[in-house]
Amino acid sequence: MALLQVEGIHTYYGNIEALKGITIRVEQGEIVTLIGSNGAGKTTTLRTIAGVLRPRQGTIRMGDVDLTKTPPNEIVRLGIAHSPEGRRIFARMSVKENLELGAYTRSDSDLTSDYERVYTLFPRIKERLKQRAGTLSGGEQQMLAIGRALMARPTLLLLDEPSMGLAPVLVELVFRTIQEINALGMTVLLVEQNAHMALSIANRGYVLQTGKIVLTDTAKALAQNEMVRKAYLGED
Amino acid sequence: MLGTFACLTTLTLLGFGTEVGTTSTPWWALGLALLAAMIFCGLLNVLAERVAYRPLRRAPRLAPLISAIGVSFIFVNIGLFWQGPTPRRFPDLLPQYDFMSQFFGLHTLVRFTFKDLFVLALAIPLMLGLAWVIRNTRMGKAMRAVAQDTEMSLQMGIDVNRVISFTFLLGGVLAGAASLMYGLYNNNTVFTLGFDAGLKAFTAAVLGGIGNVSGAALGGFVLGLLSALTVTYFGGQWENVGVFSLLVIILVFKPTGLLGQALGDRA
Repeated sequence: MALLQVEGIHTYYGNIEALKGITIRVEQGEIVTLIGSNGAGKTTTLRTIAGVLRPRQGTIRMGDVDLTKTPPNEIVRLGIAHSPEGRRIFARMSVKENLELGAYTRSDSDLTSDYERVYTLFPRIKERLKQRAGTLSGGEQQMLAIGRALMARPTLLLLDEPSMGLAPVLVELVFRTIQEINALGMTVLLVEQNAHMALSIANRGYVLQTGKIVLTDTAKALAQNEMVRKAYLGED
Repeated sequence: MLGTFACLTTLTLLGFGTEVGTTSTPWWALGLALLAAMIFCGLLNVLAERVAYRPLRRAPRLAPLISAIGVSFIFVNIGLFWQGPTPRRFPDLLPQYDFMSQFFGLHTLVRFTFKDLFVLALAIPLMLGLAWVIRNTRMGKAMRAVAQDTEMSLQMGIDVNRVISFTFLLGGVLAGAASLMYGLYNNNTVFTLGFDAGLKAFTAAVLGGIGNVSGAALGGFVLGLLSALTVTYFGGQWENVGVFSLLVIILVFKPTGLLGQALGDRA
């Protein structure tokens, strides 16, 4: 059985239908990417999975649980952590406190190894633990947003535009980190504008257009696909 | 106001309701009154939040403001039923002792009485405690997170409703403690007391910077000085003019308050 099964979801903003029947499957251990242009519904899909938005139709199953009937603050307890578009770190709190909030649901066990994992992936974060998160650079904030999501020790990590607004060097670093996280056994659902980078690390991908999935295949095949190359990889 | 009534009722039940210039202070009764007022105000606040604010969580900003005014009308009328329309005497239970003349032997106009000491001895630990709770506990961190970004707080797994309930509980408990201080210091209370106190508390919080405990403490201090100076130099009828002119000036020229952080610093 798939780790996450999104089945025909329709999500609305007011009366505007942003998702017109999205069906996505994510298997344990995969990196799956959603690509598409602005307004295609990539972020809306992630936000619906995370419970920020509710679909009017369709189901989202994680194991036996229907996420569309789970309160948003319970979804993270089921093993889904969300690193949202625009980072949304708690700017007025310290870097350390942001990580602590990421582990809010983890009253159960020892967090030392989780902190160590974040510090290993992002040594820059460790240097700035006492600083106010709002004073970090854009790249550092992105690392913090990912690190904060990792602190929940999720089985599925939702990453929304982790490369947005970052210098090319940092984009490389972020994508390398996603691969490292995945190698540690975490499943990743990745939303990206940077289709080239996303397809280079993903196992499979879905192409979204105006709220619908128009294409799905392995990442390799998508990178070769003529339509994808023209529309999203900037080739003629 | 309801807090002072809770204190008054507790003290009356314990047999200290009409005491004037007591010889020995019944500390145990004051402790019980404090406890009663804190529990009463805390629970009342939680109830008000549940009834008047929670249903409006997604409503436009003006809606909870209006329902807050409604709640305050209800409270005032409960007070009116409880203790009647005339001002009530609050028992004078603290020792009559002026440190300036009786301890230091200084016979000046400046007085520092046992009452002043009592207020400081209760208020300062409470403020430090509040700051500690907000800064260091899991709940305090959740409170700050919810204040900054409710949606992301939910994504962290924070039960936002529970955190908001707890915040109201904490606010009510502190108001309960404040009401015992007010009653013992001023030795009177009336059912409209809360209106003035609420406006002044709001002014102090704005002056210091909303969302900042040390700012609110500083704001309260400055406000108190200003109001005392206005009364002394211009007369009692000018007190509110001084206080609320300050509020207007702060809102116009430095809306973030004395210690407030710049708003809109979302990353």
